[in-house]
Amino acid sequence: MIEFCHVTAGYNGVSAVRDISLRIPRGEITALIGPNGCGKTTLLRAAGRQLPLYGGEILLDGRPISAYERKEFARTTSFMPQVRSVPAITVRGLVSHGRFPHLGLSRQLRGGDRAAVERAMADTGVSAWADRDLRELSGGERQRVYLAMALAQETEVIFLDEPTTYLDLGRQFEVLELIRTLNARGKTIVMVLHDLAQALGYSHRTALMEKGRLVQCASPQALYESGEIDRVFGVRACRTEGTWYFIPRSGG
Amino acid sequence: MLALLAAALWAAVALSLRCGSQDIPLGKLLAALRQRDPNDPALRILLYVRVPRTLAGGLAGCALALAGALIQAVLNNAMASPNVIGVNAGAGFTALLAASLAPGAAGLVPLASFLGAMCTALFIYALAAKTGLSRTTLILAGIAVSSMMTAGSNALTLLYPDTAVGAAAFMLGGFNGVTLASVRSAGWYLAAGAALAAFLAADLDVLRLGEESAAGLGLHVGRTRFLAVLAAALLAGAAVSFSGLLGFVGLLVPHMARRLVGGDNRWLLPSAALLGGGFVLLCDVASRLLFAPYELPVGIVMSLLGGPFFLHLLLHRKKGRVYD
Repeated sequence: MIEFCHVTAGYNGVSAVRDISLRIPRGEITALIGPNGCGKTTLLRAAGRQLPLYGGEILLDGRPISAYERKEFARTTSFMPQVRSVPAITVRGLVSHGRFPHLGLSRQLRGGDRAAVERAMADTGVSAWADRDLRELSGGERQRVYLAMALAQETEVIFLDEPTTYLDLGRQFEVLELIRTLNARGKTIVMVLHDLAQALGYSHRTALMEKGRLVQCASPQALYESGEIDRVFGVRACRTEGTWYFIPRSGG
Repeated sequence: MLALLAAALWAAVALSLRCGSQDIPLGKLLAALRQRDPNDPALRILLYVRVPRTLAGGLAGCALALAGALIQAVLNNAMASPNVIGVNAGAGFTALLAASLAPGAAGLVPLASFLGAMCTALFIYALAAKTGLSRTTLILAGIAVSSMMTAGSNALTLLYPDTAVGAAAFMLGGFNGVTLASVRSAGWYLAAGAALAAFLAADLDVLRLGEESAAGLGLHVGRTRFLAVLAAALLAGAAVSFSGLLGFVGLLVPHMARRLVGGDNRWLLPSAALLGGGFVLLCDVASRLLFAPYELPVGIVMSLLGGPFFLHLLLHRKKGRVYD
């Protein structure tokens, strides 16, 4: 379980999120949403220790994340950034890097590590490409490979920053379905999503942010009923047969 | 592949021992070593000219190529090398400074050289980290630093024309007249730099995934980069202290190695080191033979090869690919 207590964080001394308190329960998918510049990515990066906190505390299983040793933290949480470099490396090579926090000083993979890598590739459906160069793959395929690396890390929590951005619509849903499968196997997922319909459709809880502050964190249905989505995004949300639609608020 | 490169290095070593203004065929060379007759001219040439020169060439090549591969990894910049970003020039300036101001203290030269390399490398790295300079801008900054350092070195050679280092040859880079003592006093720096590089190889591979991914995997990104810069400075500084300003080995050789073994640093670093040693030795042999009986400093041969390659990188880069 992840607990944000009055968290303030940002870049170069300027805070982008202020005084955020939020509880993320274990075993669920939580989506962070909000208009551009609302600080959702900042909050995710703060939780993944990619940014220093300017105030407050983030607790992971009751312990401040700053108290974790670097590799211990990486054995508990994995972080998939939005923009990633695409080095010349095989798929298996990349997924193997997921074992890094488990390796000793010699940095050698052991039998258990290799087994974890093969398992992660099988679970994400990338085994067939194991020996191919990452750069030959499409965007959607690469995304699966990066998810395989996060899975090979064998962490309790996975942080994902806009995992569907830059993908074709069909590939976006494939990635989201994969994320749902990983969650069903016990992973706690916290992700930033740009697309409202995807966020509401694929999360157990949705945290809505606006201008660096948390508006509300609730189940998609409760958030919808609160009317806050309509207010923050300036749209009218409706739900038909389990799918979300958003209509511009006509006439202002 | 590593075995192949090692074999090539040994072949280059043999060639370097054999060839010169006085050719010593390998049979005669081995015989001279076996008999150990102190009046044998072949043995004297071997011990006082060829062996120091070969050792210096091989080690300088290994060290500069390894330093180049490290610097390219840290800056994630295919055009960077100790020569291009001014690390060699910085090392050269402080080495000359030490040799000019304290002519007696030969052990001081490698230390000064290392400190000069370290300061220049950290300065360039800080520029890159703080301001997020683009790759090309970084190279231009390196050229600016490089020319300042070279200006300093030139001033020193005019002010102190009689330094122990032998200023003109030093600025061109070469192994003519190198002594075992100068190589030996740089030895510890080379060993420390190479050991550190070996230790860092796997971590640098994680860094190739990008800063955020690497941090997410539990890598101490800042420390890894600092240690890699330290290793590069140890290696480049040591090499410069006895071989002078050799251009382009550190740029050229890592690219050749990458073609052969790919970008994985655990293979790339040792390959670059082996290839660098062999490459410099071959260039040195060429510099002895091309205009015989005259000898060119090997630095000239290398710049003749390296300049066009650098231009090739610059032009090719515009098409958006070269390195990951």
